[in-house]
Amino acid sequence: MKILVCISNVPDTTTKITFTDNNTQFNTNGVQFILNPYDEIALARAIELTDGGNGPVTVINVGEVNTEPTIRKALAIGATDAVRINAKPHDAWFVAFQIAQYIKANPYDLILTGRESIDYNGSKVAAMLGEFLDLPSVSIMKKLEIAGDHATVEREIEGGKEVLSIPLPFVAGAAEGVAEPKIPNMRGIMSARTKPLIVIEPVEVKTFSEVISYETPAPRGQVKLVPADDAAKLVSLLHTEARVI
Amino acid sequence: MSVLVYTENSDGKFKKSTFEAISYARAIADQNNTSLTAISIGDVSKDELALIGNYGADKILNVSNEKLKNFVNQAYASIIAEAAKKLGAAIIVLSNSFSGRGLAPCLGVKLEAGVVDGAVSLPEQGEGKFRVKKTAFSGKAFAIVELTSPKKIISLTPNSYKIVETASKASIEDFSIDVKPSDFAAVIKEIVRSTDKVSLPDADIVVSGGRGLKGPENWGMIEELAGLLGAALACSKPVSDAGWRSHSEHVGQTGIAVSPNLYIAIGISGAIQHLAGVSSSKVIVVINKDAEAPFFKVADYGIVGDAFEVVPELIKAIKEYKASA
Repeated sequence: MKILVCISNVPDTTTKITFTDNNTQFNTNGVQFILNPYDEIALARAIELTDGGNGPVTVINVGEVNTEPTIRKALAIGATDAVRINAKPHDAWFVAFQIAQYIKANPYDLILTGRESIDYNGSKVAAMLGEFLDLPSVSIMKKLEIAGDHATVEREIEGGKEVLSIPLPFVAGAAEGVAEPKIPNMRGIMSARTKPLIVIEPVEVKTFSEVISYETPAPRGQVKLVPADDAAKLVSLLHTEARVI
Repeated sequence: MSVLVYTENSDGKFKKSTFEAISYARAIADQNNTSLTAISIGDVSKDELALIGNYGADKILNVSNEKLKNFVNQAYASIIAEAAKKLGAAIIVLSNSFSGRGLAPCLGVKLEAGVVDGAVSLPEQGEGKFRVKKTAFSGKAFAIVELTSPKKIISLTPNSYKIVETASKASIEDFSIDVKPSDFAAVIKEIVRSTDKVSLPDADIVVSGGRGLKGPENWGMIEELAGLLGAALACSKPVSDAGWRSHSEHVGQTGIAVSPNLYIAIGISGAIQHLAGVSSSKVIVVINKDAEAPFFKVADYGIVGDAFEVVPELIKAIKEYKASA
């Protein structure tokens, strides 16, 4: 089974987010970039499903050369080979369009992404890929089992879950529960250096969205402390002052 | 041009987030001096459909057929896209629910429309510009996104736009479209819904527990407190990683982002990843025995104390408040 895992290079979860140039640019100064945590889950499941030999797991990233350490990390974790489409990931449309072109020329049995990237949180690439390729898609997948040419997928819904049967190939965004992320071992790290990483140039495409600027959330006022033995006061403040109960 | 809003239902009932989306779409229609059409798909009664009018829709397209009773991403997207084309709708609004997150990108591709997911306020329009504010960096920031396509899709973050009731009524029109068989490739086998629980993403009040609670056996009081307040349950990442609670309750940067009116954090220190997921809560209450816990810096109200003493007292106080109200 051939599996393609789409990966993003994102700021580490501990990053304090700041902006420069009049709040128009994300300040990458001193920021550590990592493999998007949800993509790690997708990759871990892909490796489990192919069980170390049953077909390649290719990772694909739309990014400039600075994303290669993250791609090598994915190879160290256990991906077979990697593709980098050499372009800034302008928006989800751009990224999905580029990856769709690659898949049209190189078909896969299963295409996985993370449920969202932790920078723009769009949850869009999986469903857009599905549309570009005319394949079914599941945006927030909690569980994935494959038997023959069908998959059983659990999808998150408000207050519960939905179990779906989907024929391969399809596209899905992995969330927590699909697999435990894998930590690369020494052998993986050594072999990652020599695994194939091909770089291809993007195709031209019109895009429809542009990030103009950023804002940070308004700071909250000083916390109002209530004595530990006066829970009634808290209830009264929540009712009369905050008006939330 | 007109505005189209997709009115999501759950088992035939509209949710609060649906009414928020209709109110939001009405305001956009007013910004553009145009009409608002709603589209409902599934098995929804006429009485329930009539509710849509209360929030400002002029017309309701009702798509009802056995095959479409439950949400099928590809099929629903095809129907909404066809309706948008027929109506000449230029702006399509939906809730950024779990289903909405699947629909919005499909609609974007089908209609060659720019998509803003997770919008938190009305678009700024003028001089040919169309800009929408959305959450970014998992709640640590907002991004202002400009859509440059003629057609636009906006999915609205639950709890970020106030429901506005209007005195109007909407006409209901049956609407049907042929959907291609391949849109039904994904087949639903089972739907499991815990009806006794409040759904986390659109809850008004969230009660959340952390490692300070010491073990899953201590969640009884958290559940009791949530039950009293009609609140959804949540937890921090270490709690779901340890298997004390389900991943579906994990709030934070790599879990669910919430924006309730009231977020009560109990025994959670407030790591930056957790704060990201709760920063758009309107009021935050923190109960923690460590006065230096970072969560107090972003809280509105706090109690420095042992959760095992404070929470039972709080439960008692809420019962008294409810009895007197």
